[in-house]
Amino acid sequence: MALIREGRLVPDPFTDASGLENLPAGVPLIVSLEQWQTRRSALLASGQRLGLRLKSDQPPRLIAADLGYFSVIALEFPKYRDGRAYTHARMLRERFKFAGEIRAVGDVLQEQLHFMHRCGFDTFDVTGPDPEKAWRTIAGDHTVAYQATGDGQPRALDLRKGTGP
Amino acid sequence: MYRYDEFDHTLVAERVATFRRQVARRLSGDLSEDQFKPLRLMNGLYLQLHAYMLRVNIPYGCLSSRQLRQLAFIARRYDRNFGHFTTRQNIQYNWIKLDETPDVLAALAAVEMNAMQSSGNCVRNITADQFAGRAQDEIEDPRPWCELIRQWSILHPEFSYLPRKFKIAVSGAPQDRAAVKLHDVGLYLRPNGAGVIGFEVIVGGGQGRLPYVGHTIREWLAKEDLLSYLEAILRIYNLGGRRDNPQKARIKVQVNALGAEEFRRLVDEEWEQIRFTPQLTVPRAEIERITAYFADPAWEQLTDASATVARQRSADPAFDVWNRANVVAHRRPGYAIVNLSLKAPGIAPGDLTADQMDKVAELTDRFSLGELRVSHRQNLVFPDVQQVDLQALWQALQGVSLATPNIGTLTDIIACPGLDFCALANARAIPVAQDIGRHFTDVAALQDIGELTINISGCMNACGHHHVGHIGILGVEKNGLEFYQLTLGGSSGEDASLGDRLGRSISAAEVPVAIEAIVTRYKALREGEERFLDTYRRVGLEPFKEAVYGQNPPRRQAVA
Repeated sequence: MALIREGRLVPDPFTDASGLENLPAGVPLIVSLEQWQTRRSALLASGQRLGLRLKSDQPPRLIAADLGYFSVIALEFPKYRDGRAYTHARMLRERFKFAGEIRAVGDVLQEQLHFMHRCGFDTFDVTGPDPEKAWRTIAGDHTVAYQATGDGQPRALDLRKGTGP
Repeated sequence: MYRYDEFDHTLVAERVATFRRQVARRLSGDLSEDQFKPLRLMNGLYLQLHAYMLRVNIPYGCLSSRQLRQLAFIARRYDRNFGHFTTRQNIQYNWIKLDETPDVLAALAAVEMNAMQSSGNCVRNITADQFAGRAQDEIEDPRPWCELIRQWSILHPEFSYLPRKFKIAVSGAPQDRAAVKLHDVGLYLRPNGAGVIGFEVIVGGGQGRLPYVGHTIREWLAKEDLLSYLEAILRIYNLGGRRDNPQKARIKVQVNALGAEEFRRLVDEEWEQIRFTPQLTVPRAEIERITAYFADPAWEQLTDASATVARQRSADPAFDVWNRANVVAHRRPGYAIVNLSLKAPGIAPGDLTADQMDKVAELTDRFSLGELRVSHRQNLVFPDVQQVDLQALWQALQGVSLATPNIGTLTDIIACPGLDFCALANARAIPVAQDIGRHFTDVAALQDIGELTINISGCMNACGHHHVGHIGILGVEKNGLEFYQLTLGGSSGEDASLGDRLGRSISAAEVPVAIEAIVTRYKALREGEERFLDTYRRVGLEPFKEAVYGQNPPRRQAVA
C-alpha cells in the first residue's frame, strides 16, 4: 500500500485503526464510524489527530455535524464497481464544504484516479509496482470535461464561445 | 446533425489513445482479463460466445452517409462484412479482434463516432424518435436535448460506476416511437398548461427479468432544469440502487421498492439542493449552439406531390404496397419519410452487409440530403425524400433487398442476436424470426393483418423486448432443448403495457403455426379497423389460448 498525493508518493502519518480492537495512543488515527460513535469522548480527550473511515453504505450526511473533528475522511471502495463513494466525496466537498483530506481506500484502480480526483479525492491508497508512474500516465488522459464538479475544471460547455455550425 | 468541435474531438481522441495503451497492457499480460474487463466495457467491447463484440453508438439514431461508409469500411476491414443494428440505436460488430480494436475506435473517431459507454454500468447511448425533426405530430425536436444529455453523461466523474446500466430515451411527439416508458429515464417533450414546452419525466421503466412500465415522477419540468433534475435522479440511484444482486440493481427495482411517490420525494429533496448551482446550468449560448446543428436542412420549395405519387401507385400495385407500409408523411410539403426494412425474408433482423451499407450511403446522398436514421425497431430511415423521387428510390432499394414492404407488420420483427452469438442466451432468436419471415411472405395478407409487432428474445434478459411485443416470443431452455414462450398484448408505445403469458412453451417449429393461429383468430374477432393489440385488449387471452392450444394441442417437439 502506498499513498499518492498530487502524483507523488507521500508518507502516511495516519494509522488506520478502523479494524483494530485496541486503539494505539499518541499517533494520528483513522477510526471507523462505529469506533467514533462509541469512543467519541475518549478520542477527543486523547488530543490525537483524527481521521474517519466510511464504508460505501455510510453517507457523509450521517456525520455532517462532526466533520470539523477530522483531518482525513477515508472513503472505502469495497469493489472498484461500487461507485457510491464518488457521490460521497462530492457531498463532502460541495455540500458540507469539508476542506481536509479525502482519501480513496479499498479496491482503487489506477484508471479511476481521474474521476476520483474530479469528485474531490486528493489522496489515493493504491497498489501496484510504480504508482507515481501510473499517475503520470493517466494525468494526461483527460484534458476535456463535459461536467463541472467542485474541482473548478471548466466544462466544454463553458469554454465554447457559442459558435455553431 | 451535430458535428464535433475541438473539445469533442479531443475527448474522443484521448479515449482512443488511452484504450490503445490499455489493450497493449492486456496483450502483454500486464493486465489480467479481470482487470481489463471494466476498461474494455467502458469502450463498448464485450467478450461473446465466439469473439469480441464491439457496440458502437449512433447517438439518438442520427447517421450521415459519410459515417455509414466508414461503418461499411469497418465491417469489411475488421469484421465479416456485416454489422447488426440493435434496439438501442447502436450498431454491433460480432467478430472484432482485440488487437485491432484501437484502430476501429480511431476509424470511428475520424467520422465523429465512438463506442464510449455502450456497455458497462453507466449511462448508455441516448435514444430518440427516429422521425425526430420530421414527423407531422411532433411538438418539438428532441435531438438538441439528446445531445445535451449525451455530453452531460459522457465520462461523468460521479456516475460512471452506477449499480447497473442506465438507459435514457426522449420523444418530442405524442405518438411514442422510442419506447420511452420502458427506459430507466424516459422524457416526453410536452407543453404545460401555459403552453410552455418542458419535459414529462418518467422513471423506472425497463425490461429484462423484471419488466416494468415507468412511472411519471414529474408531469412537467422546465427545460433549464433538465440537467439538474437528471443529476438528482442519478444521485439518488447511485446511492440507493441495490448493489448486492445484479438482477435487482436497475433503477426500476429501487423505484418499485420505494414506491414512485417516495422516489419522487427523494429526488425533489436532492434537486432543491443542486437546482440553481452554476455547475448544472447550461449557458443559453450553448443551447443555441447545439440547437443550430439541428436546424431544418436545405429543403427545396416544393408543393405537395401526393397526386403524382397516387398516379404512380395506381399504376404499380407493388409500389403502392410499399408506400402504404414504408412511407410516412413529412411535415414539409413535397417531402416524405421512408423506412428501409432490414427485415427481408430469411435475413437476421437488423443485419446489413458492407455492400448494402455502401449502397445505402450512396442513396442517402442521392435521395435524402446525406442523412439517415436508425430506429429502435432495427430499421433504417431516410428522413428527407422528395415525393417525386419515391418511385426511383423504391426501385433502387429493391436492388439491395431493402424495399420489403413490411414496416409495422408481423414480419418487421425485433430480435436479439440469441444463442447464435450471445453468451447469455438460452435459445436462438434469429432462426425463429427467419422462419416467421418465410412463413408470412404474402404482402397483401400482411397488410390485411395490419399493425402487429413481434419481438423475440433468446433469454430472460429481454434484449429483443419480448415483453412489449404485441406478440412476444421468449426463448427458454428445458433439459437442453429450446422452447418458446409466447406473450400477447405488450406495447412499447405511449399506451405501454407488458404482455401476458399465453400458456406453456412450444418448440421452434411450432412458432409460425401458433402465430398463424393467433392471426386467424384475430381476423375473425376484429371489429372494423381494430388493430390486433386493441382486439386483444377487448377480448383477452382466452380466445387466443384456445386458438393455439385448443382442441388440437400442438405436439411437444423440440429442436436440439
